[in-house]
Amino acid sequence: MSGPSDYQPSNPALQWIERRLPIFGLIHSSFVAYPTPRNLNYWWTFGAILSFMLGMQILTGVILAMHYTPNADLAFKSVELIVRDVNYGWLLRNMHAVGASMFFVAVYVHMFRGLYYGSYKEPREVLWILGVIIYLLMMATGFMGYVLPWGQMSFWGATVITNLFSAIPYVGESIVTLLWGGYAVGNPTLNRFFSLHYLLPFVIAGVVVLHVWALHVAGQNNPDGVEPKTEKDTVPFTPHATIKDMFGVVCFMLLYSWFIFYMPNYLGDADNYIPANPGVTPPHIVPEWYYLPFYAILRSIPDKLAGVIAMFGAIIILCFLPWLDTAKTRSSKYRPLAKQFFWIFVAVCILLGYLGAQPPEGIYVIAGRILTFCYFAYFLIVLPLLARIEKPRPVPNSISDAVLAKTGSRSTPMVSTAIVLALAGSLFAGSMDSAKAAEGADKPPGNKWSFAGPFGKFDRGALQRGLKVYKEVCASCHGLSFVAFRNLAEPGGPGYSVAQAAAFASEYKVKDGPNDAGDMFERPGRPADYFPSPFPNEQAARAANGGAAPPDLSLITKARSYKRGFPWFIFDAFTQYQEQGPDYVAALLQGYEDKVPEGVTLPEGSYYNKYFPGHAIKMPKPISDGQVTYDDGAPTTVAQYAKDVTTFLMWTAEPHMEARKTLGFQVFVFLILFAGLMYFTKKKVWADSH
Amino acid sequence: MNPDASTIAAGAPIEVDLSPVAEGQDIKVFWRGKPIYISHRTKKQIEEARAVNVASLPDPQTDEARVKSGHEQWLVVIGICTHLGCIPIAHEGSYDGFFCPCHGSVYDTSGRIRQGPAPSNLPVPPYQFVSDTKIQIG
Repeated sequence: MSGPSDYQPSNPALQWIERRLPIFGLIHSSFVAYPTPRNLNYWWTFGAILSFMLGMQILTGVILAMHYTPNADLAFKSVELIVRDVNYGWLLRNMHAVGASMFFVAVYVHMFRGLYYGSYKEPREVLWILGVIIYLLMMATGFMGYVLPWGQMSFWGATVITNLFSAIPYVGESIVTLLWGGYAVGNPTLNRFFSLHYLLPFVIAGVVVLHVWALHVAGQNNPDGVEPKTEKDTVPFTPHATIKDMFGVVCFMLLYSWFIFYMPNYLGDADNYIPANPGVTPPHIVPEWYYLPFYAILRSIPDKLAGVIAMFGAIIILCFLPWLDTAKTRSSKYRPLAKQFFWIFVAVCILLGYLGAQPPEGIYVIAGRILTFCYFAYFLIVLPLLARIEKPRPVPNSISDAVLAKTGSRSTPMVSTAIVLALAGSLFAGSMDSAKAAEGADKPPGNKWSFAGPFGKFDRGALQRGLKVYKEVCASCHGLSFVAFRNLAEPGGPGYSVAQAAAFASEYKVKDGPNDAGDMFERPGRPADYFPSPFPNEQAARAANGGAAPPDLSLITKARSYKRGFPWFIFDAFTQYQEQGPDYVAALLQGYEDKVPEGVTLPEGSYYNKYFPGHAIKMPKPISDGQVTYDDGAPTTVAQYAKDVTTFLMWTAEPHMEARKTLGFQVFVFLILFAGLMYFTKKKVWADSH
Repeated sequence: MNPDASTIAAGAPIEVDLSPVAEGQDIKVFWRGKPIYISHRTKKQIEEARAVNVASLPDPQTDEARVKSGHEQWLVVIGICTHLGCIPIAHEGSYDGFFCPCHGSVYDTSGRIRQGPAPSNLPVPPYQFVSDTKIQIG
């Protein structure tokens, strides 16, 4: 993209096009012959990874939009139907939802890399600012995308974020009305968010073109921060950078697949499996993890308007970075002090992210204020000051000098490591404290689930027994509205035959109509029908159950969770522990105690349950020993019932779980082999250049 | 992108019958998609609301200005936290009024902000008494 090209294709047809539109020359000069510094490290592959993620999000998003219904009454259901009924819909949805998180992982690495190596400095200011614009657009797109499934977190996240604009003096209220298209977040809001969520990725793609254009005019920065001077300093983009980038992308796909196939809900919030309810606020409204540092900054300022300004300021300040850091040396590799402060800044951002997910009370508020100060101090005090007082180490004359020298200057930043450890330690102590103080219920004990782990499968016997327990006990109050009788005969389910599922369906009476006379009538169920709900609507369910409507159980094992706390939530990402929901449901069923502990007073019509948050549950003890007879000789105890019905409900929440884990294994085998091949190809290509 | 005609039409005034609400109880109705709390306050709650030094409040307003005279027992407020729009829980918090679970704002028995990040009192929607036991909101 830098100036006219003298590239001439050899094929006459291509020559004919090239004379009229020099597109092949453009591609050749930008992505083939383009000289790239030979000392780039793997942090530089994140540009390619981000392009890959953008393409992935657009591709999966366009297909998902073909199946999605942007209507407040239907959106939640349509997302569930994508996951359950669309061919590989579960895969598309996981790729898209996890993809958003991975996109942000990559963009944060990319940004920190730019920060560390001074990639924002002259002559790359415009390149950097375009990047900040892309980041802002990504945040807007990610936020609107999170609203579309229309779960509780979608709805309340939308409420909180749109209300941020009400802090603007004079015009705030009318801006908020404009965003909502009504008097509150509702159907018009969902519609416009869907429209914008579809539009913005293409705007991002446009700005990415500008970003790449600016990159190819100014040239890439590199770990040593000295401009290429001779041809010895660079290598052609293809094959060198191309193969290296592809290897980087494949490695990133391994991480991406880990979450898609094994931990699809780890990065999300259980509350978003509860349909949006404008009358009930979830106790903790938490944005997606990638917004948490900014959310923490918002909350640590006690004044509303100032909080909003600080939050947006935290991002906008990045645009001014090229003029705040006036140091002549680009790369922190040669800046001993800047290097220390960089790592402290990374720690500050991570800790702010952790605080953003905690309730705004006690030590968290104070810590949040200190860290908010640190965040801004890095840009406004530390960087301008360092430019004046720091004595940088000498910079190599040229890139080839740096490559040849390869000095073993791998001194670990001791000071910052100590600071990071101290901060993590105090945080850990703080979280232990608050965990003890929490009003919360007991932690549910862990169970051995047949479906846990990378090769987990449902126990067919447990599924069939669980179905029996549901039918004879739970179904009198709880619906199962996303499950159809035909599902019972599908692979990965309880293992019934099609005829058995049809016979099971015909035992139910299903309302149908109107017939020719205009009347509704009842008929026996068919395999295509869904489990009928015990109550005609939520109000009826509420009225019949002392004010607390029994929740639908289709998604209950994904909609319930409990806090794992630090550091368990980090280990969980590696051990693939994601059975908080099933553990909670099984514990709840066994957590009833006749004797209420001293000091606890229960409201009338409530029962004491050890594991229910707040302990006062409206549901009476649902099941006792021997209540349901089993034909297969399994023990008829409450513990066994709880285990079976929870297994069954895990299946109703994710009927394609076995397909997900099987495909995941195949994908991993392929990706690991492919990554190995890419690595050796890359080594061969680069053999002469190192 | 402002609200369309049908949304505005659906936001017309509504009438609420207050006779089933006993003293000390409150109900939540929806008007224009917003929850409206109607509390039947007890003598004690009214006294608490009036005993406060108005000048010491973050958003000074007398209780008299927030209810209709002759109907002091009825408090009608929009149940949306003025911080970031969550729905506060009635009869919670240290002032026996409302408590917002999102960011910890506490309102008193008159719906006035007493603690937390919210900048102003819970707004009073436009309403009038049609009869002694019926109000029209809007």
